[in-house]
Amino acid sequence: MSLFLEISFSAMANGLHNWLAGSISNATLVSVTEMAIAGVSLLLFLVPLCFFLGYMERKVAAFMQIRLGPNRVGPKGTLQIVADTVKLLFKEGLTPNASDKFLFNLAPIIVVVTSMLAMAPIAFAKNFQIWDINIGVLYVSAISSLAVIGILMAGWSSYNKYSLLGAMRSGAQIVSYELSVGLSLISIVILTGSLRMSDIVASQADGWWIIKGHIPVIISFVIFLIASTAEINRAPFDLAEAEQELTAGFHTEYSGMKFAMFLLAEYINLFIVSAIAATLFLGGWMPFHLGNWSFFNNVMDYIPGSLWFMGKTFLIIFIIMQFRWTFPRLRVDQLLTLEWKYLLPISMVNVIIVTMMAIFGWHL
Amino acid sequence: MSLLGEDIMTEEGEFVINIGPQHPSTHGVLHLKVWLDGEMIKKVQPHLGYIHRSIEKMSESLSYRNFIYATSRMDYLSAHINNQACALCVEKGLQVEVPPRAQIIRILMAELTRLSSHQLWWGCTGLDLGAVTPFFYAFREREAVLAIMEESCGARLTQNYCVPGGVMYDIHPNFQNRVKDVIKQIKSKFQEYDDILSGNVIFEQRTKGVGYLSPEDAVSFGCTGPTARGSGVSCDVRKWFPYDGYEKVQFKEILETGGDCYARYMVRMAEMKQSVYIIEQLIDHIPEGDFQAKTKAVIKLPKGEFYQRVETARGELGVYIVSDGAASPYRIKYRSPNFSNLSALGHMATGSKIGDLVAIMATIDLVIPDVDR
Amino acid sequence: MFLKEYFGTIFRSVRSLLKGMKLTGYYFTHPKEIHTEEYPDNRATLQMFDRFKGEVVMPHDDNNEHRCTGCQACEIACPNGTIKIITKQELQPDGKKKKAIDTFVYHLELCTMCNLCVVACPSDAIVMAQTFEHSVYDKKQLKKVLNKPGSKIMEGVE
Repeated sequence: MSLFLEISFSAMANGLHNWLAGSISNATLVSVTEMAIAGVSLLLFLVPLCFFLGYMERKVAAFMQIRLGPNRVGPKGTLQIVADTVKLLFKEGLTPNASDKFLFNLAPIIVVVTSMLAMAPIAFAKNFQIWDINIGVLYVSAISSLAVIGILMAGWSSYNKYSLLGAMRSGAQIVSYELSVGLSLISIVILTGSLRMSDIVASQADGWWIIKGHIPVIISFVIFLIASTAEINRAPFDLAEAEQELTAGFHTEYSGMKFAMFLLAEYINLFIVSAIAATLFLGGWMPFHLGNWSFFNNVMDYIPGSLWFMGKTFLIIFIIMQFRWTFPRLRVDQLLTLEWKYLLPISMVNVIIVTMMAIFGWHL
Repeated sequence: MSLLGEDIMTEEGEFVINIGPQHPSTHGVLHLKVWLDGEMIKKVQPHLGYIHRSIEKMSESLSYRNFIYATSRMDYLSAHINNQACALCVEKGLQVEVPPRAQIIRILMAELTRLSSHQLWWGCTGLDLGAVTPFFYAFREREAVLAIMEESCGARLTQNYCVPGGVMYDIHPNFQNRVKDVIKQIKSKFQEYDDILSGNVIFEQRTKGVGYLSPEDAVSFGCTGPTARGSGVSCDVRKWFPYDGYEKVQFKEILETGGDCYARYMVRMAEMKQSVYIIEQLIDHIPEGDFQAKTKAVIKLPKGEFYQRVETARGELGVYIVSDGAASPYRIKYRSPNFSNLSALGHMATGSKIGDLVAIMATIDLVIPDVDR
Repeated sequence: MFLKEYFGTIFRSVRSLLKGMKLTGYYFTHPKEIHTEEYPDNRATLQMFDRFKGEVVMPHDDNNEHRCTGCQACEIACPNGTIKIITKQELQPDGKKKKAIDTFVYHLELCTMCNLCVVACPSDAIVMAQTFEHSVYDKKQLKKVLNKPGSKIMEGVE
């Protein structure tokens, strides 16, 4: 089953490539066509994904809050998010008169585009990746820090004091938390010796890093979770929005589809962060293997890799959602205190320990 | 097109934001003008009056039986206690003895009101600090308390259950059983409240040392209730000026010395437990007898001035009636706790951050209709 | 010493956070604890409390008779001017004229459900009903006439 699916994924890609190469003689045109197909299929994947994440968030929140959640539109409320999207589509997209209109309209596009770009090196299954770039991890962390430009742009151009405060908070926040995210990613890169996503996954064939790497990797996993929650501006680190303080923060003035794009970007970012965590720490699409239990391992192999990947990703998404629906929000100075006094020193020491582990081969 | 520049500042080069009248964390139509220096608050100026309904003036044209209902709309979260204050003041003027049964019912209802009010406050505090979930846990228990109100008084919020001379009608036959069930349920949930909010490290960080109010300031701003008791000022009217038989009930006046948001929070949390304790004492000892003293159909207070204070969930509510001997009061003045507590907000918030302002507002437990009346 | 305090803080913080997550996790995994009342769906089984103050009504018996004498005590007791009673002089069988109600006008839009009118009524002619679905599209529909057309006062009610 799993073999079949994985072969089919790569076979699909290869077959497509061969067919295109056969029918179109120009090599550049072939790769351009392939890019277009990849882009379209990414969009086709992302929209239902965001719908599902929106639905999931509502249901998770509702169940934690002893409510039922959406249950009117469609079976079990599954179409609620579609209804919301339709509503947002028909809403007037207001642009404040005093705003910088070009930047104001550009900001949501930048936010969405940057988050979509970060999808490229994510390995969904074996050989099923848009772009297996050799600096995959670096690429993701570089792209994801670009999103702050969109947020700053939105806050700045809105000509709204709340938005400005939110954007400034977001700037300080993302610049700081970028460090911890980077350092916790580096610990895995050190252990693997490669920045390429497929290499990182392949290195976990005999066990996931979170198991192989002992406590230091667990620490960097936790730090990654916390820091990346902050980086994607989700509660308890949603200071840029901070509903109770700044009404809606940087997107106070946005409405209609432009607002929806911020929402879209938030969910894509959530997915990317979880996917990266799943790939680096939990073995990506690699099934769960236990030492010499060959029967158990074979059973695990029968579950397709894409399911493994999605399962792990959604587990992490669930944890991040649970953060949001459990904790109060930090204050802006406490947010920075947490980063500079706790996460950063710990992850620095942790990187040293991981390096020693890698040098002396202490990991399993 | 204009880029952000000097024009977003005031002429004096100050950065002023208006929090409210429509804002998620002002709990009503309160308008705060906040002068900022980055995130730091330089000055806070509350603007009042958005929900002024002239309840005092309106009461002057109503009879002594009729004006009580309007006080439910002042501090609507302790509506019963407001009604009780008015009824007590009229009784003071009439010199009517309230039957013991009515007194006990009133105390029970008042404590249930306090419980429900504090539960709502607890949920809203979580909400203001960014934790949405506690709100729903709080409302689950509050709903049970309101069901008691609905069963016996006929309304959940604006009960109008107190009338001069006692209560409007007797408690529901099911009252005692339901109260016992609810108390049992609430007591089992206190641990959850601590788990999700009180003990949470983020919550402690957000509230400890934030919005300090010294005892001297608390007194000079006229703060009462949990706001003042969080600063260590003993001001519980139920202890100092017992009414309706509170002198026979055992309970502790909760005092904290911190003076910060956390202290105020802890006072209210402990007060919930005290309310439960009071209810437990009384629920099995409701004396038999009348629930209402005989009063004339048209109440006329003798000429003079009457003042009665009670402890609402937010502090001291004073009802001051000036009577000229007619069937309706000559002048009524309410000393509402929220108005005085709000006046300390600017003092507490100066020098802290925007996030702190929200925390301070949450722990003062403002009810804006009570400020404006 | 510093390190001990530092790590102690971290340990305590993480423990307190995990406590909260344990609670939300508990409720997530126990859907039985859900308290949502699916209101319009449970209309058939929804039972209001018998004292619930929904609106003022005037009960009529099978012979289309009510207990209102038109004494206007409720009108006086009402703090909001919710009740307006228009009386008429009715010719009794014995030839005497007697005061009776023509229309008992009740403005639901003004009513605060304070129950003072019901308490004031000497002949228990009006009571509180447990209905609560009062929303209408036109304010005028909230003005109600409580005595049914052609109704009479009950025998023996003074």
